[in-house]
Amino acid sequence: MTTPRVFLVDDHQLFRSGVRAELGDAVEIIGEASEVEAAIEMIRERLPDVVLVDVHMPGGGGRAVIEAVGATHPDVQFLALSVSDAPEDVIEVIRAGARGYVTKTITGTELAAAIERVREGDAVFSPRLAGFVLDAFASVVPGDIDPELDELTTREREVLRYIARGYTYKEIARELTISVKTVETHVSSVLRKLQLSNRYDLTRWATDRRLI
Amino acid sequence: MVAGVAAGLADWLGVDPIVVRIAFVVLTLSSGIGIVLYGLCWLAIPEEGKDSVELPRFLTAHRGRSVRDVRRLGALGLVLLGGLLFLRDSGLWVGDRVVWPAVLAAIGLVVIWRQVEGARWKTRAGLGILFVAGGVGLFLAANVNLTSVRQGVLATAAIVAGLLLIFGPWWLRLTRDLMDERRQRIRSDERADVATRVHDSVLQTLALIQRNSTDPREVVRLARHQERELRSWLFPDSAAAPPGTLKGALDAVGAEVEDLHGVPVEVIAVGDCPVDNGLDALVLATREAVVNAVKFSGAPSVSVYAEVEPRKVTVFVRDRGAGFRLENVLSDRHGIAESIRGRMQRHGGRAEIRSAPGEGTEVELGMPLVAPR
Repeated sequence: MTTPRVFLVDDHQLFRSGVRAELGDAVEIIGEASEVEAAIEMIRERLPDVVLVDVHMPGGGGRAVIEAVGATHPDVQFLALSVSDAPEDVIEVIRAGARGYVTKTITGTELAAAIERVREGDAVFSPRLAGFVLDAFASVVPGDIDPELDELTTREREVLRYIARGYTYKEIARELTISVKTVETHVSSVLRKLQLSNRYDLTRWATDRRLI
Repeated sequence: MVAGVAAGLADWLGVDPIVVRIAFVVLTLSSGIGIVLYGLCWLAIPEEGKDSVELPRFLTAHRGRSVRDVRRLGALGLVLLGGLLFLRDSGLWVGDRVVWPAVLAAIGLVVIWRQVEGARWKTRAGLGILFVAGGVGLFLAANVNLTSVRQGVLATAAIVAGLLLIFGPWWLRLTRDLMDERRQRIRSDERADVATRVHDSVLQTLALIQRNSTDPREVVRLARHQERELRSWLFPDSAAAPPGTLKGALDAVGAEVEDLHGVPVEVIAVGDCPVDNGLDALVLATREAVVNAVKFSGAPSVSVYAEVEPRKVTVFVRDRGAGFRLENVLSDRHGIAESIRGRMQRHGGRAEIRSAPGEGTEVELGMPLVAPR
């Protein structure tokens, strides 16, 4: 398996060099940018496998980068970096198209694993995001519901519960006696619902914080 | 009934309010002195619970009118009408043509002056202006012939236009300056607020972190504490669940243990409900489980997951630490046997502990809800 080609977008020089050092040889970093405009241009030019993008940046933040590149190059995957895993920090980049997020306190090995997972098109969920999704999809919504998008299956719920309890995908697979690949499929399907659902809760939650 | 004067006086004199009211009415009917007295008392006697004399309550601004206020207003109107009719009969009367327009205009003025703030001030002001204009118009129509009025109006309009031309620009600039000044003051106030916050907490924490840089636990503790504080300041409505709810209680437990022991505790709650007796026991048992995990597991962090379902609440406390053999500790360790299991069972709940050496520990606590949601 080839090493993933990674592009780094963060407005803090210190943090970029820190990530470079921590990742070491696990990935190939093919470029970095410190601002939104330059990042969009360079990503379109160099076409990395995965873009590590900071949530908070001047000029529209990570969301602007993800939306602009996603519109022209849907094959490029995004993993968001955030100072913390509070939903208010990350839900907008997820909705914009990121495959997941990690906090900036993550260790190098964990980050490399998350990059690998995102490159393969899977999702990276933290316990807190799993809790938020369970909360947001828990209540009954009146009116039109598209069960494909607006409701979680029992299995998806089960998987999310384990993630929220702090289990890794491997541990979940063992508990539910399914394969890790199946766990990943469930999480990806939840991510898709989280991105596309028009659930009242999600929209209200986002508009309350002026994210939409 | 109007301003509580009679009731207040009666209270002071120690007689029934009705006696005082009758006295006022008699005085009013016989000579009109009652009205004057009532007005004087009204202004002079402080309202109950307030030290100084101030404008009667219903003349000052208040939001949301109660039935009581409407009754008071009606009573006041009747007293005024009575007074006016009495004056008319007694001969102290300037004439219908003057007094009625004056009353109309006065009501308008009261409406305008009464409440200049609040959401409906525009409607109020419009109504007041309508009243005043009506009063003035009525007065003019009844007292003066129209040709001279036209000339007068023209002359006045010319003067007003002249004044506007002379003072208008100056007045505009003054208002704009005032607005600018106010905006700048708000901005500098905000900046001062942020500066105080950064100075008082963030810089202090950074200083402490530098001094404790050899102790990683302490650094983590300080950083987490600061993060919580800053977050609750930046997002006041989303950061902290209200106290008295399960989410709030568990957040508090997490923060407390984190502060005491310097190990991050992630609390994730799905759903929420008020804390009753059983849930209080659940929260205390959770605390015990978290403290055990922090003290004995050696794990870098502990996760707490709570889920509120219609009929029960379940909490999982999990660490990836050392783990242990259950049969080795359950009998002699007081913490697990009494504080967790015993406490849960006494309140109708249950506790289940899963652990193996090298695999970490998970404590599952379940408590049925007394009042299903």
